[in-house]
Amino acid sequence: MSHASESVAIAQSVDAAPSRWEKFKESHYWHSFKKDRVAQISFTVFVLFVLAALFSPLLAPTDPYDLASIDIMDSEIPPSWSEEGEDRFWLGTDAQGRDLWSTILYGTRLSLIIGVCAVLLQAFIGIVLGLTAGYAGGRVDSFIMRCADIQLSFSTMMVAIIFLAVFQAAFGSELYQRLALIMLIMVIGIAEWPQYARTIRASVLAEKKKEYVDAARVMGFGSGRIMFRHILPNTLSPILVISTVQVANAIITEASLSFLGLGMPVSQPSLGSLIASGFEFIFSGSWWITVIPGIALITLVLVMNLLGDWLRDVLNPKLYKG
Amino acid sequence: MLAFFIRRFMQAIIVMFVISVVGFAIQDNLGDPLREMVGQVVTEAEREVLRDEMGLNDPFFVQYTRFIGNALQGDLGTSYFFKKPTLDVIFAKLPATLELVLGATLIVVLVSVPVGVYAAIRPQSWFSKCAMAFSTVGISIPVFLTGIGLIYVFSVELGWMPSYGRGETEQVWGSWRTGLTTADGLLHLILPSITLSSLMLPLFIRLIRAEMSEVLQSEYVKFALAKGLNPMRIYFLHALKNTMLPVITVGGVQIGTMLAYTILTETVFQWPGMGFLFLEAVNRVDTPLIVSYVIVVGAIFVITNTLVDLIYGLVNPTVKLAGKSA
Amino acid sequence: MALLSIQNLEVSFGLRDGPVKALQNINLELNRGDRVGIVGESGAGKSVLGFSILNLIAKPGFISNGKVLFEGEDLVHASQKRLRQIRGDRISMIFQDPMMTLNPVLTIGDQMVECLHAHKKISKKDAREVALQKLQLVQIPSPEKRLDQYPHELSGGMRQRIVIAIALIMDPDLIVADEPTTALDVTIQAEIMELLLNLCEQHNVALILVTHDLGVVAQVTERTVVMYAGRVIEQGPTDEIIKAPQHPYTQGLMNALPQNCLPGQLLNQIPGSMPNLQNIPQGCAFNPRCEFVKESCLKERPDLQSTATHDVACFKVHPERSELLSTGNGSDVKERA
Repeated sequence: MSHASESVAIAQSVDAAPSRWEKFKESHYWHSFKKDRVAQISFTVFVLFVLAALFSPLLAPTDPYDLASIDIMDSEIPPSWSEEGEDRFWLGTDAQGRDLWSTILYGTRLSLIIGVCAVLLQAFIGIVLGLTAGYAGGRVDSFIMRCADIQLSFSTMMVAIIFLAVFQAAFGSELYQRLALIMLIMVIGIAEWPQYARTIRASVLAEKKKEYVDAARVMGFGSGRIMFRHILPNTLSPILVISTVQVANAIITEASLSFLGLGMPVSQPSLGSLIASGFEFIFSGSWWITVIPGIALITLVLVMNLLGDWLRDVLNPKLYKG
Repeated sequence: MLAFFIRRFMQAIIVMFVISVVGFAIQDNLGDPLREMVGQVVTEAEREVLRDEMGLNDPFFVQYTRFIGNALQGDLGTSYFFKKPTLDVIFAKLPATLELVLGATLIVVLVSVPVGVYAAIRPQSWFSKCAMAFSTVGISIPVFLTGIGLIYVFSVELGWMPSYGRGETEQVWGSWRTGLTTADGLLHLILPSITLSSLMLPLFIRLIRAEMSEVLQSEYVKFALAKGLNPMRIYFLHALKNTMLPVITVGGVQIGTMLAYTILTETVFQWPGMGFLFLEAVNRVDTPLIVSYVIVVGAIFVITNTLVDLIYGLVNPTVKLAGKSA
Repeated sequence: MALLSIQNLEVSFGLRDGPVKALQNINLELNRGDRVGIVGESGAGKSVLGFSILNLIAKPGFISNGKVLFEGEDLVHASQKRLRQIRGDRISMIFQDPMMTLNPVLTIGDQMVECLHAHKKISKKDAREVALQKLQLVQIPSPEKRLDQYPHELSGGMRQRIVIAIALIMDPDLIVADEPTTALDVTIQAEIMELLLNLCEQHNVALILVTHDLGVVAQVTERTVVMYAGRVIEQGPTDEIIKAPQHPYTQGLMNALPQNCLPGQLLNQIPGSMPNLQNIPQGCAFNPRCEFVKESCLKERPDLQSTATHDVACFKVHPERSELLSTGNGSDVKERA
């Protein structure tokens, strides 16, 4: 549920006071949002996804984790609108006889949890290191940024695959399946920190030159206070833009790892593992097990990317390039 | 030039060293070689003697030195499963992966450069808008879903394309078996290459368009216009050359990503390359093979990144090859 | 026939909230060998004027009205092909910042000879020879070596000399120089300006010098055009304008020159700053900053009127006109509102 409280926290910080809400309604963001049809649709769809994830236990007709409620005789039933479909299963069932609609709801929930938590971790590590590098400068800076370069050149996917594969080989798949959720969050969270660190560092370097930072220093504030109270708030818009895109990327990474069998187990499928489990049945004509969760995944990632694009255009932060 | 090369080379060596430590640490902690060699019947005392003989009780540093010594002689151990030297096993699969990467790279370069440049020159045109919409959607589709989608449409529904494997291959030289020389091999290469390129294509279209638009705003392009030059010369010489500099840098980083995604592509298409081999090795807990894969892939990363840096240095006159970059 | 004749030129920028006029009602005539200075603060529209001569205004800007006649040929409606023939050949430009003007990834030689190849059939060897001559003309030491160097290997002053050499490479009739010395070191500014002046005199090239520096204008040009908020507010022979500026804005600019201040005294600044083109004040655009402002200045915009020596747009200079207007004719006010 941590992602839920997070989104609530963000929402509260945006409209904490009524005066702020008024200000927000007058602002350039709101105006551009009102004009941009794509942003509106993306936002609506995204909110629907978040609601579906939050309330999946209430929305889902069956509990896909409850083995007792699953009947293997129900396996591979096509969606209800096709000829052989049954009304009991709106989107059909997967190879194990689970209701696909319920499984997708729970899978979306898992994908979002992993995406949001991994990005929170990335942001935490990246912001701390980026602030330190930008503010301290000198050797500390060049060491941190060199590490970031090398880490980036190895690609998250490669690091994640090798790490998870070795972990799985070392501890056996049973233990692995129990720890999969945490492992995925950790791996994706740790591997992507350079994105944040570079952007934060770039904005810190830009902000550091400005007079208010000198003023704060002259007034005798410590460097920790200057960084967190003065510089950090000014780097929020790039952080917001990156975060949207990073959650989308984390969801894709998670799905890819799950597809390789290095992510969520089939008994507790995320969208990725659901697609993987359906892949072999595509050749026998049971397309829905793969295609429907696939569409859900693409839609979720697409609306987040579109929102990210919109935010980037509106906030127009100087992002780190390259 | 020489100083730049040496500096870059030293950096490569340091990264390789770190990779070798990681590889060795995996080997050291993953699985017991004795179990694979002697089975369950040998007593604990006998095992201890064997361990001593094999040097498994030596200090970490001694073992690591031995590991590096062997590695430098091209010996990274013997695969438990194939009962052959791991490097032989990996190099037998390397051509398949390289051909896949080559196919994808060709698609990316041949499509993203013209499309990105056109989208920057005529941002308002119908084609540019479509290309940008395509790249936003493309960036949101995971690679394995692209592969599954292509298989479903072109193999299952239409039956035009093969859905797995490399097809017919031919021995070219040494142990290199290629699919590039046979029609069947090329046909098998199409879908996997498109799948792998789908990762980079949207990214590069966006990048080239963004860089190119920025360059087109620059003073030197305006000055070139004021000189009365042909627009084609301005776009494809003045602007493109400057656009390609950041693209080369990003491209270098993306080679690593591309290599990682060969694992996904090879899994979807059961393409008998290194990535597929690696996942099999993981499932069989074939430790020497896993370690060798990590080291070989690490080496490929380091070599390509070094090469890209050198190319960048050669293309960009403002990088003084003797010293720091501008 | 005049070499260049700008008639009633109007340039607009299509912004999100509708078009904004960056230049209005500009008239200027130039004969072969004439040297004209265009002066104003940044934002006055002087650079836009420079670029509009070659029809090189970047989007979202466009020439919305008027004519630019070059030897009688209208460049506003000329084809792209015809414009390319004229640009760099008959009319060339010198840009503000030599650090940004030259392409960083092409050699000096390439950037010089490509201009020759674009405009005439010439062998590679001959083109290189011409480039070499021009480098000698702009007094670059060891020109042979420069041809194969990249811009970043040269200093700012050196690069501006090369830009001048490129501008001269086709022996043009007119050079438009947009703040050619602003980005340079103070010590080099005078050198470059003198070089430019000498070359124009020697080759009988007309020069339009866009600058914010009245001192430079006094040194180089014969005629001066002072611009404010997209309009000409004073124009005439440079001597007259320097000797007896009429418009309060020009007077302010003159007073602001360091040589017109006593040692130890603060520079005489004009208070306030140039209005944003999207909300130019009603009446005279200069009225918020003018110390002589009167009621009529707030209502009606003064037109350019001739005095004994030159043209000025100010009610202080033409009081009779302001009285005429203050008796009630407010049509122009309505149009602006």
